[in-house]
Amino acid sequence: MVKNLKKRIFHRLGLSQVEDQSPNRYRVMRRNMIVLMYMVTFIPLFLMAVIYFYQYRFSLKQEIITPLRLMTHKTAHSMELYLEERLSNIRALGASYSYKELSDQKTLDRLYRIFKKELSGLVDFGIIDKAGNQVAYSGPYMLLGKNYAKQKWFHEVSIRGVYISDVFMGYRGFPHIAIAVQNFDSDGNAWFLRATIDTKKLDNIISAMGLLPRDDAFLVNKKGILQTSSKFYGNVLETYPLEIRYVLGTTIREKKDSQGQNVIFSSASFLHQDFFLVSIKPTQSAMKSWTMLRSNMLFVFVGGTILIIIAIIRTSNYLIKRIKEADEKREKAFRELENSQKLSSIGRLAAGVAHEINNPMAIINQKAGLMQDLIQLDANFTDKTRFLALTNSILQSVERCKKITHRLLGFARRMEVLYEKLNLNDLIIEVLGFLEKEAQLREVKIELSLADSLPEISSDIGQLEQVFLNIISNAFAAVQDGGQLKIMTWDENDEKVGVSIEDNGSGMDEETLSHIFEPFFTTKTGYGTGLGLPITHGIINKLGGTIEVKSKIGIGTTFIVYLRKNKLKMEE
Amino acid sequence: MSEWKILLVDDESEFVSTLADRLYLRGIHASTANDGEEAIRSVTEEKPDLVVLDIKMPGLSGIEVMKAIKKIDPQLPIILLTGHGSTKEGMEGMKYGAYDYLMKPIDINELILKIQEAIGK
Repeated sequence: MVKNLKKRIFHRLGLSQVEDQSPNRYRVMRRNMIVLMYMVTFIPLFLMAVIYFYQYRFSLKQEIITPLRLMTHKTAHSMELYLEERLSNIRALGASYSYKELSDQKTLDRLYRIFKKELSGLVDFGIIDKAGNQVAYSGPYMLLGKNYAKQKWFHEVSIRGVYISDVFMGYRGFPHIAIAVQNFDSDGNAWFLRATIDTKKLDNIISAMGLLPRDDAFLVNKKGILQTSSKFYGNVLETYPLEIRYVLGTTIREKKDSQGQNVIFSSASFLHQDFFLVSIKPTQSAMKSWTMLRSNMLFVFVGGTILIIIAIIRTSNYLIKRIKEADEKREKAFRELENSQKLSSIGRLAAGVAHEINNPMAIINQKAGLMQDLIQLDANFTDKTRFLALTNSILQSVERCKKITHRLLGFARRMEVLYEKLNLNDLIIEVLGFLEKEAQLREVKIELSLADSLPEISSDIGQLEQVFLNIISNAFAAVQDGGQLKIMTWDENDEKVGVSIEDNGSGMDEETLSHIFEPFFTTKTGYGTGLGLPITHGIINKLGGTIEVKSKIGIGTTFIVYLRKNKLKMEE
Repeated sequence: MSEWKILLVDDESEFVSTLADRLYLRGIHASTANDGEEAIRSVTEEKPDLVVLDIKMPGLSGIEVMKAIKKIDPQLPIILLTGHGSTKEGMEGMKYGAYDYLMKPIDINELILKIQEAIGK
């Protein structure tokens, strides 16, 4: 009940004690702190990592894409130039000579020999009349007299005047391109000059691109038929395995190829033919440095994360520990303050009561004294002895009251402290002298263990005598006849000396222990005033020392007193 | 019976009247006063040989009364009664010229001893 009330009051004041706060408080505090620290470290770290990751990937890609696109464009352009050059040469030839001259096999053979030297890749020359008959032919094959009238190219060249074929195998069994130009003789009859050029030169142009082993480049027509052999996507005249969209100009994009790998795909269209050059670079090899960076970054990120987690947990644990310690310290100080305030207010109350009681007590004393005087003076007083005994009893009771009020007032008053140098060992032996007779009578054994080199301290001899007389008397009261006392002194540290008084008496329970320094609390039925220990406590406090009690029922009680070596300064 | 005249001063009239009765039984004449002003008046009018004065009184305090009495008759011995268990106030009173002090509740024999000492000297 009392405890609950106390708790409620403390709670209302916002002065919850340590035991009232669940240990959860620190766990929650620790958790919040850790979460907050994680957030402020990880969110920026994570964002930065992600941003750098994508930014770097983007710029790296740009660095790969731009040159690839440029190279594809240039290569396509040089291929087209090559074909244009062949075309214009053949046109010039057709324009320079008449049909009559060129259809003469001898002239054609001579021109073929000249052109073969100058025009690389030239395979053969043929002159075809308007009916599609090959009337003259210079070259490695026996094609004289062949009729082309039904072939598509013949039809085309008849309409457009110029024709460049797709790559084809034709009669010759290796890939080549046919270039045909239309001319007219003086009679207005059409005739055709047809030249075949092998495509090895196109392969050479592609190999001049300086491709990496995993890269590929090839020429392809509108229908998706390969015009040069590719490394990975089939030989010449095979169909490119994926659908191809014919786009004018130069393009570049990422896509999946026929083998399912990601590639950077670049295409450049020809101006005059339905050809386009395709360059393919596998993304993986292109982004190799990026992949490496990614794994390095991941390593740094994971390592950093682990370090941060460890640091955060350790820091939080340390901080929470310190906070907890500080809280406990504060609570302890608060409890001590509360205790001393309680004692001093009880003391003031007691002094007030004692003083008020004193006056009526003086009257009772005098009245009883007067009664006694009158009874003694009257020789004829009946029952004289009995009345005298009664008045005596009144006077004795008054005497007892006087003792109590004097001690109470003594507890409350602030006696001045007379500091002088003293040896604590000598003081204890002197105090024991007062109790020597009782010790002998009751056969109480006193074991002394006094430090030889105990330094002299500056304190009040009279008040310390009262302190130790009190404590040792209590110990005597606690032990049975034949009991044992152990008194020790020691040099605690630079500031303090310690004294302990240990008995093997009855001991006290927790409840008793928590009240022993309160005035009027006594366990000695009949003769205790309940002021001995409060006074002791007050004196020790005043002298700047501390007193502690440890007790166990049936085992005994130990009082430990720490006293300052030097005078307590006023500022303290 | 001695010729001594004693003045007892205390705000508790029961206390002083009883004390006066007891002193009378022991052959000492004692008059009483219940406050400081009455006490000072009595000192001027009756010229007692000794004053027993309570320190703590309402109105004029014992110390103030004592100072006033000392002005009238510096040689008049004064015994202070202290209600407090402390010697401090008694000691303070001694500084201002009190002969001695006794702690309440007082013992009659002790008081008589002090009176004899003070007047007889």
